[in-house]
Amino acid sequence: MKLKRAAYPYIVWMMVFILMPLLLIVYFAFTSGDSQSFLDFTFSLNNFKRFFTPTYLKVLTRSVNLALLSTIISLIVGYPLAYIISKEKSKRQNIMILMLVIPMWMNFLLRTYAWLTLLGRNGFINNILAKIGVSPLNLMYNNKAILLGMVYNFLPFMVLPIYSVLTKIEKNLIEAAEDLGANSITIFRKVIFPLSLPGVITGITMVFIPAVSTFVISDLLGGGKYSLIGNVIEQQFRVTGDWHFGSALSIVLMIFILITMAFTSKIDKEKEGGGGGLW
Amino acid sequence: MNIIDLKNVSKEYGGVTVLDNINLYIRKNEFLTLLGPSGCGKTTTLRIIGGFEEPSSGQVIFDGKDITKLPAYKRQINTVFQKYALFPHMNISENIAFGLKIKKMSKEKIDKKVKEMLRLVNLEGFENRSIESLSGGQQQRIAIARALVNEPEVLLLDEPLGALDLKLRKEMQTELKNMQQRLGITFIYVTHDQEEALTMSDTIAVMDKGKIQQIGTPVDIYNEPKNAFVAKFIGESNIIDAVMKEDFLVEFGERVFECVDKGFERCEEVDVVIRPEDIEIVKAEDGKWEGVVESVTFKGVHYEMIVKSKGFDWMIHSTIMKPEGTHIGMNVTPENIHVMRKVKNL
Repeated sequence: MKLKRAAYPYIVWMMVFILMPLLLIVYFAFTSGDSQSFLDFTFSLNNFKRFFTPTYLKVLTRSVNLALLSTIISLIVGYPLAYIISKEKSKRQNIMILMLVIPMWMNFLLRTYAWLTLLGRNGFINNILAKIGVSPLNLMYNNKAILLGMVYNFLPFMVLPIYSVLTKIEKNLIEAAEDLGANSITIFRKVIFPLSLPGVITGITMVFIPAVSTFVISDLLGGGKYSLIGNVIEQQFRVTGDWHFGSALSIVLMIFILITMAFTSKIDKEKEGGGGGLW
Repeated sequence: MNIIDLKNVSKEYGGVTVLDNINLYIRKNEFLTLLGPSGCGKTTTLRIIGGFEEPSSGQVIFDGKDITKLPAYKRQINTVFQKYALFPHMNISENIAFGLKIKKMSKEKIDKKVKEMLRLVNLEGFENRSIESLSGGQQQRIAIARALVNEPEVLLLDEPLGALDLKLRKEMQTELKNMQQRLGITFIYVTHDQEEALTMSDTIAVMDKGKIQQIGTPVDIYNEPKNAFVAKFIGESNIIDAVMKEDFLVEFGERVFECVDKGFERCEEVDVVIRPEDIEIVKAEDGKWEGVVESVTFKGVHYEMIVKSKGFDWMIHSTIMKPEGTHIGMNVTPENIHVMRKVKNL
């Protein structure tokens, strides 16, 4: 198909801001040398070799585990929430969705910092515990705190696509199931849930991807003790200055995400259900 | 024997009366059509019978038992929905088997019944096809199969042919009617298409403004409409203000006509309905009344002519064509003059 003229600016944009950086990352990942002199690099696979050592593999495993866990928790919490909202009258639906989205209007960092004042050693929760005579708890700087931060930040990305698919399920399909003798549990099991799967898949991808690559949440709530793959990549660029290794790590993460996306979209296709996801 | 009895059923939505004291009985094995314009309450009536809607007052009796509060999934009634409502995530045999699986029927039995049903609706070998691969008419057949496989006592059909083109609709009308007679199931059919209703039904209930205006056989409803609404809704009609002089004599268009109606008060104002095909065109001097042809439209089998006479436009359907401007006479036999009491709110 011939490209319309109106598409040219977007193509330029994509070349400059998406394709070029991507190519640069690939270039850096497969070379080594002094990061300052751009043209002196030599081809090398050392960056990838370095990644496949226990230290970094452990970091990736931890990142994936935490991201998976937070995705599962978001799903368990988010699906019922989306379902409840979709059953409300449309005016109340809008208010509830607004309440869900409003925190997202605030800066991501700020939102995460707020948990510090709640969970910290002298934070809100420990203050209250102290008042009733309980010794302060270690709420911060552990996996649970990171998990909490992830679920808190990414929950709306789970709820919104599921909610949007649920509201689009035609009412007469539910009535048809009822007509054929299905009680409300069977209707949910055999009609509503299968038809909402595209939303679930979208939700899973939209929570899993930012969760697996986050570094801010683990930085703030994990206190740097529990570094994730995102933190390691950040360190390469901002602390160590090893752009080559950082780029290689980025590519590994990218491939990992691509694989999971291909996997989930395959499930989506097999369970074809009217579509309605975000991608 | 009556399979369904609606007793004083009313339905309100936020203060608006949708159904106003409906009384309707449906006999076993009958093909009953609820006919009316959109918003007349016909779909609401169907939904109350199906259990998707609870009446604000009144009772629904099924086979002698009160089922007013029984949820839809416990009723021995199945529905063919307006837009088919097939499950998009299931293939055809899964769609048809849905109700049987819930009844925990064995797999062999389900497979057998699905096959039988597909044969009944002329879609043999379609078991594993997806819903999207079907045309509208085929989807309609699957929707019918999915409902009928449960062997319901009553099948509800909510404008099932509305989305099909004319030719397919005609075919499906005959097919549905045949199916109903062969299987001996009570059909309750909702439509706004008067021709469809006349073709298929044993009984028609004409509805308007939440009330049943007339119940009867198609022939009765067409030939003896009870009021001007029914006359206007079923087929085309000339409806003219008239005065009942005495029994068997009615005056309209400044002329007195013999008729077959009686029991009105002297000089009561009434509506007279004359079907366009019941007016005979004769020479000007031979007619009971006369007029001038205003327009002529060719309609295939007949011509439709509008004839002006003393300020009233008469619609005439005839195989004889008189060109515009012709002065003609018109005749009508007494049994084709239908005298009706005026209805206040029409």
